[in-house]
Amino acid sequence: MAYTAHSPDTSNASLALAPVPPVADGVVKVRGVSKTYGDVEALRDIDLEFERGQLTTLLGPSGCGKTTLLKIIAGLVPATSGEILVNGRAVTGPGPERAFVFQDFALMPWATVMRNVAFGLELRGINAAERKRIASRYIEEVGLVGFEDKYPHELSGGMRQRVGIARAFAVNADVLLLDEPFSAVDEQNRRKFQEDLLRLVNLEKKSFIFVTHSIEEAVYVSDRIVLLSPRPGRISQIIDPHIDRSATPDDIRRDPGYLDTVEEIWNGLRHYAE
Amino acid sequence: MSLFGRRIPMMASLIVWALLWEIVGQLDLIFLIPPMSAILQTGVQLVQSISWQNASIITIRSFCIGMALAIGIGVPLGILMGRFKAIDNLMAIWVNMFVSAPLSALVPILMILFGLGETTIVVTVFLFAVWIIVLDARAGVMQVPPSLLEMGRSYGASGWKLFTQIILLSALPEILAGIRIGLIRGVKGVVIGQILVSIVGYGELFELFSRSFEMESFWALTLILFAAALLLSALVEIFEKRIEYYAGAR
Repeated sequence: MAYTAHSPDTSNASLALAPVPPVADGVVKVRGVSKTYGDVEALRDIDLEFERGQLTTLLGPSGCGKTTLLKIIAGLVPATSGEILVNGRAVTGPGPERAFVFQDFALMPWATVMRNVAFGLELRGINAAERKRIASRYIEEVGLVGFEDKYPHELSGGMRQRVGIARAFAVNADVLLLDEPFSAVDEQNRRKFQEDLLRLVNLEKKSFIFVTHSIEEAVYVSDRIVLLSPRPGRISQIIDPHIDRSATPDDIRRDPGYLDTVEEIWNGLRHYAE
Repeated sequence: MSLFGRRIPMMASLIVWALLWEIVGQLDLIFLIPPMSAILQTGVQLVQSISWQNASIITIRSFCIGMALAIGIGVPLGILMGRFKAIDNLMAIWVNMFVSAPLSALVPILMILFGLGETTIVVTVFLFAVWIIVLDARAGVMQVPPSLLEMGRSYGASGWKLFTQIILLSALPEILAGIRIGLIRGVKGVVIGQILVSIVGYGELFELFSRSFEMESFWALTLILFAAALLLSALVEIFEKRIEYYAGAR
C-alpha cells in the first residue's frame, strides 16, 4: 500500500528531473592521445569526449594507464602524440579551469587546513580576506568546520582527503580531476565519501573526471564509465549506468540497475584478472 | 628513570659521577684528577679572569663567522645539488670525501695557508661544519614528494614560486637537521683548530694550563666547553622541534 501511495510522487519527480536531450557539449576532448615511456606503451590512440556537468569515470585494472590519461588531461604529463582540448582550447600545461585531487592527498604538512584549502587562491594572488571567505565555505561543505587551524598530521586519512577536495573546489575550476581519491581511505569512510561526493556533484554543477579501480565505486558515482584495457591502455567499453540518483544511498546499492551494471563491467574485465 | 620504586631525575647520574670524581680526587691518587670541588672553585675564578673572557670572545667570534659561512654556502650548495644533476655530479665526490675525512689532519696545512691566527680557526670551523649541511640540504630537496610538486604545478605555481612555496618549505626539516649537526661539528672545529694553532683563544689557555700542570683550570675549561656544546645543541633541538611539528608525520 505504501508503495503505491509513493509511486506517483516518484514518477513525477523523475519526469520533472528528466533533462532535455543535451546538445553534445564536450568540456574536455581527448584526440588521438598516445603515451609511451621509453619502450612501454602506456596509452594507445585514445579518443574521448567528456560531457559538461557529468561525472565520467575512467575504470580499469592497474596498468591500464587511467592515471596517466588523467595527468595528461591535467597538463602534468605531456602526451607523446595527440591533443587535449578543454573548453575548446588545447592543453599545454596545468590551467585554472582544471583542479586536481590527489591519491595521496598532497597536502602541505607545514600549512593549516585553512591555508591548504586556500592555496590555489593564494597562488592566484587573491587577498587574504577573500581567500578566507571562499575557503571557509568549502571547508564547511566538506564537513571540516572546527578543523581550520589543524595541521594535516592531526587529521585522519579521510579528513585529509576532504581538505584535498575542498582545495579543488575552492579554485572554482570547470573540471575536477580526481585520481583514485578514496583509495587511501578505509572502507567505512569510503562509502560516506562516495555519498558526499554525489552531494557535492549535485551542488556544484561542475564536470568531474574520476579515476578508480573499484567497480562498485564507479557504478555508484558515475554518469558514464569508460572502461580501459591494459597494456597498452585503450578504450574497451563505454557504459552509461541508468540509476535513479534521487533514491537513498542504500536503495541505490540495492537497485537492480546498479547490480546489473556492476555485473556487466565485471564480465568485461574478468579476463584481465589473473 | 626509577630506582627502588622512586622516580629519579635525569641529571641524577651526573651527580653520581661528580661524587665519584670528588672521591677519587680527594684520595689524591693521580695529580691529573683534582677533586671536583676544586675544579668548580677554579671554574668560578676562571670565568672572572680577563684572559678567559678575551679567549671566549675570540672563540665565539671565530665560531660564529665560520658557522655563518658554512650555513650561507652549505645550504644553497646543497639545494643546487639537489635540484641540478650536473652540479650534483660535479660536487658529490668532494662533499662525500670531506664529510667523513679526518679534517684535523688538514689544520696544519690550513695554518700554512692562512697563518697562525683567527682566519685558520674560522676556516677550520667552516670545514668541519659545511659538508653535513650540504648533504642534508641536498637530501631534503631530493625528498620533496613528487605529488606535492604536481600539486603546486596544477594549482598554478611554477619556477620561483614552486621553489619558495613548496620545495624550500618541504626541505626545511632536513636543512635544519643538517645545521644542528653542523653546529656541533663546528664546536669541535673551533676547539681543535684553536688547540692546534695553540696561540689563540681557548687553545692558548689549554696550552698554558697543561704545560704548567694547572689541572683544576684545565678541567674547569673543559667542563665549560662541554656544557656550552650541549647547551647549543639543546637550543637548536628546541627550535627544530617547532619546525618538525609543522612538518608533522610525513
